[in-house]
Amino acid sequence: MKALSLLVAAAPIALATPVTAQDHSMHNMPGMTMPAKPAAKPQAKPTAKPRPPARTKAKPAPKKPSPAPAAAADPHAGHTMPGMTMPDAPTQADPHAGHVMPDSAAVATPANPHAGHDMSGMAGGMSHDMGTGGTALPPGNAPAPAAPKPNYADRVYSPQEMADARAILRGEHGGSTFWQVNFNLAEVQIRDGRDSFRWDGEAWFGGDINRLTVKTEGEGEFGRSVDDAEVQALYSRAIGPYFNLQAGIRYDFKPNPSRTYATLGFEGLAPYWFDVEGALFLSDKGDVLGRLEGYYDQRITQRLVLQPRAELNFAAQDVPENGIGSGLSDIELGLRLRYEIKREFAPYIGVSYDRRLGDSARFARADGEGVGGPSFVVGVRTWF
Amino acid sequence: MTRTIDRRQLLRGATLAGGGLALSAYMPAWAQTTSGGIVKPMPTVSGDDITLRVAHQMMMIDGRESHAIGINGTAPAPLIRLREGQNARLTLTNALPDEQTSIHWHGLILPFQMDGVPGISFPGVEPGKSFTYEFPVKQAGTYWYHSHSGLQEQMGHYGPLVIDPAGEAPIASDREHVIMLSDHSQLHPHVIFRKLKMQGGYFNYQKQTLAGLLRGEGQSAKERADWGKMRMDPTDVADVTGSTYTYLVNGHGPLDNWTGLFRPGERVRLRVINASAMTTFNVRIPGLKMTVVACDGLNVRPVTFDEFQIGVAETYDVIVTPTDDRAYTLVGESVDRSGMARATLAPREGMAAAVPPLRKRPLASMKDMGMGGMDMSGGSMAGMDHAAMGHAMPATGAATGAMAGMNQGGAPQAGAAVDHAAMGHTMPAEGAAASGMAGMDHGAMQGGAGGQMAGMDHGAGGMNHSMRDFSNAPGVKKTPTVQTISPMPMDRMGEPGQGLENVGHKVLVYRDLMAVDRNPDVRAPDRAMQIHLTGNMERYMWAFDGEKLSEVKDPIPFLEGERVRVTLVNDTMMGHPIHLHGHFFELVTGHGEFAPRKHTVMVQPGGTATFDLTADAVGDWAFHCHMLYHMHAGMMQVVTVRPRGGDAA
Repeated sequence: MKALSLLVAAAPIALATPVTAQDHSMHNMPGMTMPAKPAAKPQAKPTAKPRPPARTKAKPAPKKPSPAPAAAADPHAGHTMPGMTMPDAPTQADPHAGHVMPDSAAVATPANPHAGHDMSGMAGGMSHDMGTGGTALPPGNAPAPAAPKPNYADRVYSPQEMADARAILRGEHGGSTFWQVNFNLAEVQIRDGRDSFRWDGEAWFGGDINRLTVKTEGEGEFGRSVDDAEVQALYSRAIGPYFNLQAGIRYDFKPNPSRTYATLGFEGLAPYWFDVEGALFLSDKGDVLGRLEGYYDQRITQRLVLQPRAELNFAAQDVPENGIGSGLSDIELGLRLRYEIKREFAPYIGVSYDRRLGDSARFARADGEGVGGPSFVVGVRTWF
Repeated sequence: MTRTIDRRQLLRGATLAGGGLALSAYMPAWAQTTSGGIVKPMPTVSGDDITLRVAHQMMMIDGRESHAIGINGTAPAPLIRLREGQNARLTLTNALPDEQTSIHWHGLILPFQMDGVPGISFPGVEPGKSFTYEFPVKQAGTYWYHSHSGLQEQMGHYGPLVIDPAGEAPIASDREHVIMLSDHSQLHPHVIFRKLKMQGGYFNYQKQTLAGLLRGEGQSAKERADWGKMRMDPTDVADVTGSTYTYLVNGHGPLDNWTGLFRPGERVRLRVINASAMTTFNVRIPGLKMTVVACDGLNVRPVTFDEFQIGVAETYDVIVTPTDDRAYTLVGESVDRSGMARATLAPREGMAAAVPPLRKRPLASMKDMGMGGMDMSGGSMAGMDHAAMGHAMPATGAATGAMAGMNQGGAPQAGAAVDHAAMGHTMPAEGAAASGMAGMDHGAMQGGAGGQMAGMDHGAGGMNHSMRDFSNAPGVKKTPTVQTISPMPMDRMGEPGQGLENVGHKVLVYRDLMAVDRNPDVRAPDRAMQIHLTGNMERYMWAFDGEKLSEVKDPIPFLEGERVRVTLVNDTMMGHPIHLHGHFFELVTGHGEFAPRKHTVMVQPGGTATFDLTADAVGDWAFHCHMLYHMHAGMMQVVTVRPRGGDAA
């Protein structure tokens, strides 16, 4: 503690020394390779004044000679020059305060960007301030002890109270559960004469790894019954930093007849920031369907976001009673521009193009239904 | 010089403070909008028997009232002023209706059962109950205290703690001010945490945009694609930002303009405390040089600079000597430059100086992703970013220094041969370079290991395959918490912190710090270990070594008296202030027996920080990231220190 006041007292004396010997406000001299240049020391100090006795008291020189291995491990053990800092100098404007002296003159090379600063005067003053012990020493390789139970407080406080507190501690630090409801699509689709509605959302409850996820999507025309409506109830498990594996049940209320499927899928964030999901569905009739869905949020400004989106539905076979044809049965492409009034609440406008393909289109025509087309959409993307 | 306290000056200060009282009735005296400087004694919050009552209250910031949790009717909590050598007796009464509370004395050396962490050091304090902390005060300096229960800290349950030295003050000053920086949101902390869980980038309104690209801002399209491929956002500098935070000085917003008085020519000691929940600040006082005299409470040798970065929970004591009869603005800029804390130092009340505009927000670099040695395009050593390195090196030295950084991934085998911190400097000979290369242990680098740095000149995309290579971090569990693993983390303790590489003036770095007193334990470490800081911004999960506290099986064990070299490896793109309770540790920054001793260390993005710890305090101790929501998400562990020879519990 006293060292500093002594330093303070020493400041005026030290101030009298030439600038070259003083400008050490940055203590470390990383670039120096002193041990290799003992010859530099003797003539290094001529400009520096003799140190006030207080200094030596403040920083005792290391008592033991530096062991060779330590020196090898840390070639810079002698390089710091604390004693030369002039904290209290009233005229303290240190012209080199911003310069870490990278390099002793001894090892100056053309690459040295600070070559203009003559550091040679410092070499001698630096050699013994830091000592060669402590953090300069390399570590040994003792084994780590076995981990005990972290219950030392049980000897001071009620073990039962501590057990309860530990349970709370662990639960609160990484074990919390959350829930979210999220509708990526909730919109009106305006097209030739027949306006319809469309939704696509999901909700989840759980922790970081295990979650119960409920998904729903569907569409319908205003004034008619809902055309398509499905709900999935899934167990979702994080299988990596970005992706969840999801398995459960899908139930289609519409179209008639309703169907139940076993579901296995994934959902996550793909490279280039694509939000993707995909699933296979096995119906109670043995039919196999598949789905791929993805979107990308292109931020135009901090709040204006353009979202291209695609959804593809596949089938392994024709399911005529539900109007599903084998192969790529339908596609849905969208481009939506939203404004995030809040992250959670973003009205949007856009265009959507949906189309039944192959046998699906044939089934639709046979039923007197359209096979799809473009529409203008207005909606709100929301989560809470 | 001796410490001079001018009584009339103090009285005048007190009078000025009184003028602001009507507006700031909730503020403790030391934090009044105009403060004459803290003085002792502070009757309400010092002495041998202190009572602290934790309760809900309101607080006023920039004219807006918000809900807070305070102590003795003030939020932030009152200054506690103790004296080295006294026995502290502090009785905490929990007047919250329905939740536990606690106080942790940040940075204090005390018996573990007084450390105040529910579930580790004691059971916590139930509503309506009291708990008395009693411990001998064995140190002096600038510290702080805060709740360790839930997220109460974000709501105002924090305050400064200053301990005067037993003997003569070793640091002379004519006057001193506490400068406690913090962050405040109108949102309840649970709401903030939930939003982060829903969407990690929720509060980031400084993302890269198409409009920005067209204006030529930020990264090029190619770089954006490369980073997008890795699902990394270079604008992800702070999780919670100025979009919801108001940054405070002593509990006051920028409009409140807390003012500390001085007389021209005085040496003014600023006790700067970062009591934020989440905010790393870059602090400067345009027009004034600062000289650090203490860090984390302990005295360091003076270093003068223009700006310094302060991680959450760190403290820096700096001396300024304003000579002009004018006001100065103290700026605490959030690391992501989304807002600032602002205060004024002035000779008289009511003065103000220009407030500099926010600087451009930094973008994370390859180095921030843990590709420390890769930051040299063209393969030429001369192209190395000397400024960012914090220390320039001669040509061959640069190669070896960079290699040293790479080495750290495989530190266990390299550790015995070479001191990492020292390697961060320079190795003189080509032979050293060769040894550095030998220690290199990265699948990704095999191609470049022939000794040609040019081999490392990959674009970001080229590195994609190695961004989550667990062979670079053998101790890390393969969990969804681990989004990335730094392929080549380098020691960044010689660097000034994110966004401060090229600010055009001197910025303090850890390597500048050097203890005044010889370190109490100068033995070589018995062993070395690594702890990885891991996270997943997409899921907002944070952990040590890939396991959240809710998942870990075992604590981190130490034996009493054991000395261990701990290297913290940041596998994330965000700086983490890591705090160990109950101990000071010595930073391994090339200062031998005069290493700076700290209780909290910032580990820069994608980099490493190394310290030597003497585990001398038997008991169980918390060890965590001091970013509140990181800790809450799981970035916490228990450190056990047990007597040798095992006295069974």
